[in-house]
Amino acid sequence: MTANEWLMIAGMTGVTFGIRYVLFAVADRIRLAPWIEASLKFIPPAVLIAITLPAVLLPKGEWHVSFSNPYLVSAIVTTAAGILTRNLLATIGIGLSAFFAYRFFL
Amino acid sequence: MRRDLGLFYISNRLVLEPAVSSRKQEFIDGVRDTFPLLLGAFPFGLIYGAVAVTAGVSLAAAMAMSVFVFAGSAQFIAVGLVAAQTPVAIIVLTTFIVNLRHLLYSATLLPHLKDLPQRWRIPLAFWLTDETFAVAVHRFQKKDSSSCKHWYQLGSSIAMYLNWQFWCFSGMLLGNRLPDASNWGLDVAMPVTFIGMIIPFVKTIPLAVCALTAGAASLLTLGMPYKLGIIASAFAGIGAGLMAEQVGKRTREALRA
Repeated sequence: MTANEWLMIAGMTGVTFGIRYVLFAVADRIRLAPWIEASLKFIPPAVLIAITLPAVLLPKGEWHVSFSNPYLVSAIVTTAAGILTRNLLATIGIGLSAFFAYRFFL
Repeated sequence: MRRDLGLFYISNRLVLEPAVSSRKQEFIDGVRDTFPLLLGAFPFGLIYGAVAVTAGVSLAAAMAMSVFVFAGSAQFIAVGLVAAQTPVAIIVLTTFIVNLRHLLYSATLLPHLKDLPQRWRIPLAFWLTDETFAVAVHRFQKKDSSSCKHWYQLGSSIAMYLNWQFWCFSGMLLGNRLPDASNWGLDVAMPVTFIGMIIPFVKTIPLAVCALTAGAASLLTLGMPYKLGIIASAFAGIGAGLMAEQVGKRTREALRA
């Protein structure tokens, strides 16, 4: 490993752990305002969907909104499976099968 | 005297600390509930490993990044920047911005972890990922009185960590022999597992409003660099969710009056 690589890994480790730890570090010493506490429950769906939707509608970095987009088709199937089965493993299994079946047959 | 004190502490601990079996059970449950999500991470690890060694990062550095940084999207972007001869300072700054969403995750977990000692908070912070966050929040939100829900998060964390190391290393070994791995469509595993994670969170109308708004915002902020659109969209979704909650509350009050 070169010195530059060491530096990069040390830096990336520092900032990544720093972001993940800074609030935990002071967790017992800070009190969240009630309105912040009330907004925490919105964080998981908000962040996760903001990561996911672009990956479905722009799978290769370009807009692809049509039924010829297997990512979109499998996302729709996965959503339906998730609502109907309420089972994560089944949902993911159905979603992946839909994707590869669709690609295979079309 | 000293011996008596020791006995006192031992008996106290036996009373105050939960039984080993319930810790073990939480840990196992955490591993089990994370299992489906390992499926979504594996192609990313594999492709990361292959891309890293072909981008000109040494095998040791690529592996060290997985072991110490442990952040999939940041690792991907970093090896891309290395291939483009980007200065280290810019790579570190980019990593910082790309990982900012973890600040939101740790804020969400804060109320549940604030009573734990630092020896717990440090490893749980180091191992925080999108997937572990999603399953752990569900566990913490359950109303039961278990006092070892952090063991559940630990189980999830370790499962994600070992899975990531294994697949990254496999990708590095396969390296050039995986020439068009990125065209196999394995990357579909990410949206599929994430959709599976999102659905159980959308339990009420305000949460649905939040999800739809954040989704729409994520498409309108695609032009923002360093994935900052994710943070902007999250705030838009949170704001919309809070507003929907207020509207719902006022409507119910008006109907009651």
